[in-house]
Amino acid sequence: MEKLKYALFTGCTAKESTPEQMMSTLAVAKKLGIELVELTEASCCGASHLQDYDDFLSLVLNARNIAYAEKHGLTMVTICNTCQLNTAMTKHRLDHNAELKAKVNAKLSEVGLEYKGTSQITHFLYAIIDDFGLDKLKEMIVKPLSQFNIAPFYGCHNIRPSELQNETHKNPESAYRPTSLDDLIVACGGASVDYEEKNKCCGFHAELQAPRTAAILTGNAVAGAMDANADWMVTPCPLCHLKLDTQTHHASVAIGREVSLPVLHMQQMVGLALGCTPDELGLKHHVTKVNFI
Amino acid sequence: MESIKSQQVTFKVFRFNEETDYLPYYNTYILDVTHEEVVLDILNRIKWDHDGSLSYRRSCRHGICGVCSIKANGKAILACKTRLFDLIETFGSEITLEPLSTKRAIKDLIIDKKDFWDKHAQVNPYLVSDIEETPASEHLVSPHDAEKLLEADYCIQCGACHYSCPALEINDEYIGPAAFAAAYRFSADVRDEASLDRLHVVNAEAQGVWDCVKCMECAEVCPKEVNPIEKITKLHNMVFEAGIAKNNVATRHAVGFAHSIAKHGLLDEGELVRYSEGNIGVLKHVPVAIKMFAKGKIVLPWNMPKADKLDEIKKLVKSSSTVKF
Ligand code: SF4
Ligand code: SF4
Ligand code: SF4
Ligand code: SF4
Ligand code: FES
Repeated sequence: MEKLKYALFTGCTAKESTPEQMMSTLAVAKKLGIELVELTEASCCGASHLQDYDDFLSLVLNARNIAYAEKHGLTMVTICNTCQLNTAMTKHRLDHNAELKAKVNAKLSEVGLEYKGTSQITHFLYAIIDDFGLDKLKEMIVKPLSQFNIAPFYGCHNIRPSELQNETHKNPESAYRPTSLDDLIVACGGASVDYEEKNKCCGFHAELQAPRTAAILTGNAVAGAMDANADWMVTPCPLCHLKLDTQTHHASVAIGREVSLPVLHMQQMVGLALGCTPDELGLKHHVTKVNFI
Repeated sequence: MESIKSQQVTFKVFRFNEETDYLPYYNTYILDVTHEEVVLDILNRIKWDHDGSLSYRRSCRHGICGVCSIKANGKAILACKTRLFDLIETFGSEITLEPLSTKRAIKDLIIDKKDFWDKHAQVNPYLVSDIEETPASEHLVSPHDAEKLLEADYCIQCGACHYSCPALEINDEYIGPAAFAAAYRFSADVRDEASLDRLHVVNAEAQGVWDCVKCMECAEVCPKEVNPIEKITKLHNMVFEAGIAKNNVATRHAVGFAHSIAKHGLLDEGELVRYSEGNIGVLKHVPVAIKMFAKGKIVLPWNMPKADKLDEIKKLVKSSSTVKF
């Protein structure tokens, strides 16, 4: 197989509140022999909020990020669900609306850039599953996670709207019964836990505006995983991670029940199974202690 | 003739009678289903062949009246449009049929949809326009203006999105995706004169668009591709454009992204929280912030990373901004 190579859009969170996510992404890519070219010029994607204020500005900025991936002639890989949704949504809108694309390109030309629509955009989770392949991953596992019941938490913005998301997946993922993260858990040797909240929302995006709603959603998710006997949770989204890892106190108060579980980034889980050290994966950066290592 | 494919499926059906039962229960029916059957066919077969007391709503059987919506394994569907084999492909051969909202069940799959209609009523879902009795010419709407309304106009008020919305599930005041789509439908109509009133309704705290958690479920579930969350985004935009966005945590949170990107290219997470909450409101986040700081999760202002080619980003923010706050 040819060496896999992607343009990495890190998003902001990986550079700020989830440094462990950046560390574990690089560690796993290295183990798997995947080359990641970081798009250091990329801006924030607007996290599904900038577009509420200024939709056009959000389009221009996201198109600029994609234009840099196009310059490298590479597929863009994202490591945040919301980055994935915003970027893929921008691509979809521009690729299906010549007038809008021309308007956006008129702006980009001011800085000597052009959005062409030549790069695909995929989340690292699907890059591993679709491009690298779980069979190959299984062969590389040195420390299988066989002692653990692991609760997958998919996060909204990687599975909905499925019509958009499935444009780039090899196998369509159902928003009501997603399987990719479960498959990844199993490939790492773990047992995947089924629970109602695994495809539900953690509430992250309304944390400041609607704190009660956000806290209850987080509480329900962790409680659901606990009741299904999960030892820990895993997510492909750093925003879900922030919510589930740092906000369980508020969540517990909101649902009137003490809830808390260690939460790993998808990359950390894969990294553990591949034999990376806890330090390489930044496990010490979690607020909820990763108590099983 | 091609043989008809059939398969055995176990249906667990929610049963409850408000007048005689304290608690709901489930009846199980094992049926052979064929490729072309839809869920409504199954409900009919159960009612006609097994238990005449099973209650559910049906009318058009053409996906247009919107009354047959129920949930299958948690997914809201139109019973008359959803083929069994599509459900089996996703969920396997055990299908649980429940009302859209179990807590609003009156009899079996029939719910009291009053809250849904009340939310609609809140946004005045009709055209408000003073029309002269004998106009000199027609009130023509250009194709371009009409196009904006199309998707939103497809809504059949089935309630699938409304009863799948997590924000609404928790916050009773929240107006919800279907009524927001209706608010957009009429406020974006060039003939309408009540747009501003509606925007005030959707801009209010707790009930308004700001409480959406952006889970995208309404876009996923809608059988008519109304894409309510997209309309909610448009309502956000219209609120800013109309100049009625209040200076509060929700609006500052959206605007804060633009500020931060203009400064760093990236989002300054700490500054976003401070700017959104204000200097006093931010204090409630201090306990969590301290824990995060101890784990190396907080970047201090002087260490804030910046995107390369920041000058490009600054230039684009300046030239591409379309709103002011
Ligand atoms: S979604 Fe979050 S992490 Fe992704 S770019 Fe936007 S702000 Fe940054
Ligand atoms: S699950 Fe949470 S962080 Fe992830 S997309 Fe939904 S709200 Fe955003
Ligand atoms: S996106 Fe918003 S309105 Fe739509 S279902 Fe989710 S919370 Fe409700
Ligand atoms: S928006 Fe779609 S899902 Fe919601 S009520 Fe209308 S038709 Fe049904
Ligand atoms: S019976 Fe009318 S929409 Fe299904």
